[in-house]
Amino acid sequence: MPLKQTKKKVINRASATVVLLILAAAFGFPFFWMILTSFKPTEEVFVYPPKILPEIWHLINYVEAATMIPYFRYLWNTVYIAIVWTSGILFCSTFTAYGFSRIRWKGRNTFFIVMLATMMVPFQVILIPLFVMYSKIHWVGTFKPLTWPGFLGFSGAFYIFLMRQFFMTLPKDLEDAAKIDGCNELQVFYRIMLPLVKPGLAAVVLFCFVAVWNDFLEPLVYINSQDKYTLALGIYDFAAARFSSWPRLMASAIQMSLPVVIVFFFVQRTFIQGITLTGIKG
Amino acid sequence: MTKGERKKILIGLAFISPWLLGFFIFYIYPFVASIYYSLTVYHIISPPEFIGLRNYVDLITRDPLFIISIKNTLYYAGISLPLGIVTGVIIALLLNTRIKGMAFYRTIFFLPVIVPFAAHAILWKWILNPTFGIVNYFFSLLGVNNPPGWFQVAGWSKPGLIVMAIWASGQAIIIYLAGLQDIPKTLYEVADIDGANWFQKIKNITLPMISNVILFNLVMGLIHAFQFFTQPFIISKGTGRPMDSMLMYNLYLYKQAFKFFNMGYACAMAWLLFVAIILITLFVFKTSKSWVFYGGE
Repeated sequence: MPLKQTKKKVINRASATVVLLILAAAFGFPFFWMILTSFKPTEEVFVYPPKILPEIWHLINYVEAATMIPYFRYLWNTVYIAIVWTSGILFCSTFTAYGFSRIRWKGRNTFFIVMLATMMVPFQVILIPLFVMYSKIHWVGTFKPLTWPGFLGFSGAFYIFLMRQFFMTLPKDLEDAAKIDGCNELQVFYRIMLPLVKPGLAAVVLFCFVAVWNDFLEPLVYINSQDKYTLALGIYDFAAARFSSWPRLMASAIQMSLPVVIVFFFVQRTFIQGITLTGIKG
Repeated sequence: MTKGERKKILIGLAFISPWLLGFFIFYIYPFVASIYYSLTVYHIISPPEFIGLRNYVDLITRDPLFIISIKNTLYYAGISLPLGIVTGVIIALLLNTRIKGMAFYRTIFFLPVIVPFAAHAILWKWILNPTFGIVNYFFSLLGVNNPPGWFQVAGWSKPGLIVMAIWASGQAIIIYLAGLQDIPKTLYEVADIDGANWFQKIKNITLPMISNVILFNLVMGLIHAFQFFTQPFIISKGTGRPMDSMLMYNLYLYKQAFKFFNMGYACAMAWLLFVAIILITLFVFKTSKSWVFYGGE
């Protein structure tokens, strides 16, 4: 019986490996094809049957994707928005999450539920009044609608929730000990608690960067001159341009994705932890 | 209320005050304003003009594009969500076996989540190009004479978007995987003693034990699918074509608001969307009582 079972286990594992390999190949293939296409001269992508490898590796596509459009301008705009926005979210989400987790006060749960409920509000409900508001104070056409509201937790419910999950994992004794030592609430917060939730802070930073890199609708609505385009608007514009081609667009898509992918590989663990913390221990 | 309690409330409010201030500026005010605009004709250049419920009546009774955009969105959500659950759970199950190189596989399935939406759209527009795309070349190798036209024909554009959604569903996979890892091993050991086969274990242990995770992903997926915008916008260059087949609800809303500047009309659309999301989520939660298992806690 044990022998039969081990044999069965081996077969099961082998078949699982095969299925997993096929699926992984299917999921990985688009990346593979994107990279290969990005090195081909334009004519080469229109041949039939398609060639797998480029005849000559055509690095020039990357140069062209960075010079035919002001790639570095777009990159800087996106980085600028990401930095200011993320700083704002870090500021707001740590304080707010702390108030929602480490301090016991009447009414806390009500406010917390209200905050969670804002996650369900479709962005379109608030978009138009905000657009009207921003156009009245002459913020439309600037980066301001995309950056400053972060400090007041605009579309930050997810990050507050995430930080709260991290704060919740810390033991109560810590703050009691610190209070006996004479720390007040604010000192407990930034001297004791904040250093302990560094993985949470890293997760928030990464999620924020991904969100800024993904955001298309807001820049589309608020930005109206090319010199202020973000990468997302830039590549959309490039795709519509006469001088674009599939290899150049693939090079451009890679150039656009690379910053987030690099950051992802550095903080992969934290990122995954962040996702599971919000998904499981709700 | 004691003095200590009152002090605690003040401290609590102080900590959440950045968010609370933002809540009034970015949620309460726009909420009220948006309800009001939805009852007006408003083109920004002149002040809003009150017309009662006419926007809502017009939307429901005499706007064929509104109906089309609802159908498109329901089609997309109705297929991509169940399909995403099935593929997501299957992949998570495979990832939960002790196969070598797991970190590598996990990265492969997760990486598409990191790809920015705009790059995601452009990449797949190329891969699913009907004439020169690699997917249709594979189809021709398999002997398919009449391969899909994907984003160039009305009948295939939404399936194309669904394929894209499945490819980028790594976030849900990670959550399923975490749910699977939380299942106590003893449950399976007991089942083994009872002589349960693989299928019985999946059906009677695994699925009930991750049903709360499935519910979480379903609700998140619903909220996202109903607001689907960037990919169809970029692929159809903001038009929703061919034949309005990619005119998702929010794409149409965007057009009304920022192409035609019918702000009142667009606000009415936004509110109908909000009500629909609330009703459908409530419905999912209500029916979930019959299939979500909470015994594990």
